[in-house]
Amino acid sequence: MVRNTGYDEWLDAVADGEGYALTCPNGHASLPPRHVCPDCGVTDLSETALPSAGTVETFTVVHVGTPAFADETPYVTAIADFGSVRLTGVVRGVDPETEADDEQQTNPEPIAIGDPVEAGVERRSNGDRTLVFDPVEE
Amino acid sequence: MGTARIAGVGLTPFGSHPDRTGRDLFAEAAAAAIADAGVPRANVDALNYGNFMGSLAERQGHQAPLMAEAAGLSCPATRYEEACASAGVAVREAVRTVRSGEADVVVAGGMERMSHLETADVTAGLATAADDLLEVRSGMTFPGAYGLMARAYFDRFGGTRTDLAHVASKNHDHAIPNEYAQFRRAVSVEEALSAPPVATPLHLFDACPITDGASAVVFVSDSYAAAHDVEAPVAVSGSGQGTDRLALGDRDRLAETPAATRAAETAYGEASVEPEDVDVAEVHDCFTIAEVMATESLGLFPVGEGITAAREGATAADGAIPVNLSGGLKAKGHPVGATGGSQIVELTRLLRGDHPNSDHVPDASIGVAHNAGGSVATAVVHVLEVVA
Ligand SMILES: [Zn+2]
Repeated sequence: MVRNTGYDEWLDAVADGEGYALTCPNGHASLPPRHVCPDCGVTDLSETALPSAGTVETFTVVHVGTPAFADETPYVTAIADFGSVRLTGVVRGVDPETEADDEQQTNPEPIAIGDPVEAGVERRSNGDRTLVFDPVEE
Repeated sequence: MGTARIAGVGLTPFGSHPDRTGRDLFAEAAAAAIADAGVPRANVDALNYGNFMGSLAERQGHQAPLMAEAAGLSCPATRYEEACASAGVAVREAVRTVRSGEADVVVAGGMERMSHLETADVTAGLATAADDLLEVRSGMTFPGAYGLMARAYFDRFGGTRTDLAHVASKNHDHAIPNEYAQFRRAVSVEEALSAPPVATPLHLFDACPITDGASAVVFVSDSYAAAHDVEAPVAVSGSGQGTDRLALGDRDRLAETPAATRAAETAYGEASVEPEDVDVAEVHDCFTIAEVMATESLGLFPVGEGITAAREGATAADGAIPVNLSGGLKAKGHPVGATGGSQIVELTRLLRGDHPNSDHVPDASIGVAHNAGGSVATAVVHVLEVVA
């Protein structure tokens, strides 16, 4: 696989439990690859460690996927807050089918907003790597 | 600053036309617009053409020259691409060019051909509007992005699937008299609620269909309209565009669309119009939740309160502010690269009084069009006014 410079180094770090954000002197954080801070344009970016766990800010159970994910539907994609940045990943270790069919979409759901998750990396059959979230047992 | 008047509008029927080529579709819409305008083809100074996924869907890049020849135009032609806002930006650049005095006649519109593809391939094509590294590789789809926003909205402001089902049902009702709409049939709230899930909390009737179609609008300058006795009673009085971070997770807010808010502020400012002045709106309801967030960005409802508008009837044909009298993307259909142009077509006809739903807004003089790209990393807003 051809690597994406900057991004794949970052995925390597996430896979090793050493994920980071790029932080500028003005306190803005972003995800690589970056030449400049997207908020203020400064080039002086440094790596700041991400916390070991983030919290789910929103999620969706995807029932209609792209060909790359077609044999995995339904699956859960979530956006999780890791403090200075948010990560988007596929949630593992949950049952996507547990989502209630009722009008309010209330419990039981596969995961809940506010649940803690850890980030990891999975290799997919098409060679891509996917950011994944594993729920943290409280 | 000059005025960009709308001299003519044209559409193809929106729907499933898997056998029709893109050039065939755009030629039909352009011919209708040019005939409606009564402007000689030789007077057209430029073609601004919107298209999103033609390189994937038709294996045809470099489409602007192709569409110029299909439309019988011998003028500079340029393709604009901002995902689902492609025609919106094409229209905006036409408006700016005419206003600047650089051109007297510009045709703007767009085309998308999608229904000949498998659903999974359409899903993959549409997903290219999201960030490949940060989102698509994490399973994000186009419906998935709006599912994430819908759940974030429910969490922050409240709301239920029933509220969204009312948006779908309303827009299906509006589409029934529209001869260009893909789905001219009623969908009850109960039917919408019982449809299968696509990307929760969104289900099938929360989503726009896969659509083929084309749109075209002929813009003329004030001086051209006067000199050539062109009837063009509707003008674009305000145009705004907003851009946000491509990845949803990189935005300040997940349950709002700040790019559209900025686009609306610019457009209203240019037009010297307040949201309260708007009589009728066509907004980008690619998903039901998108209509809610759009009406809030346009200032038609306070942030967090647009969710109940359809349920309460405020956005219905006979409500305080009718939204998507065309049927919207939801029922009229969403040929992605043509949609921004089609909204201008629908609004123009609503304001001129020759739209099948014009009777619902007999006194309307100000309309607003809202066109969004992807999960609203791009938004374009236009204010249309009856000028004579
Ligand atoms: Zn910065």
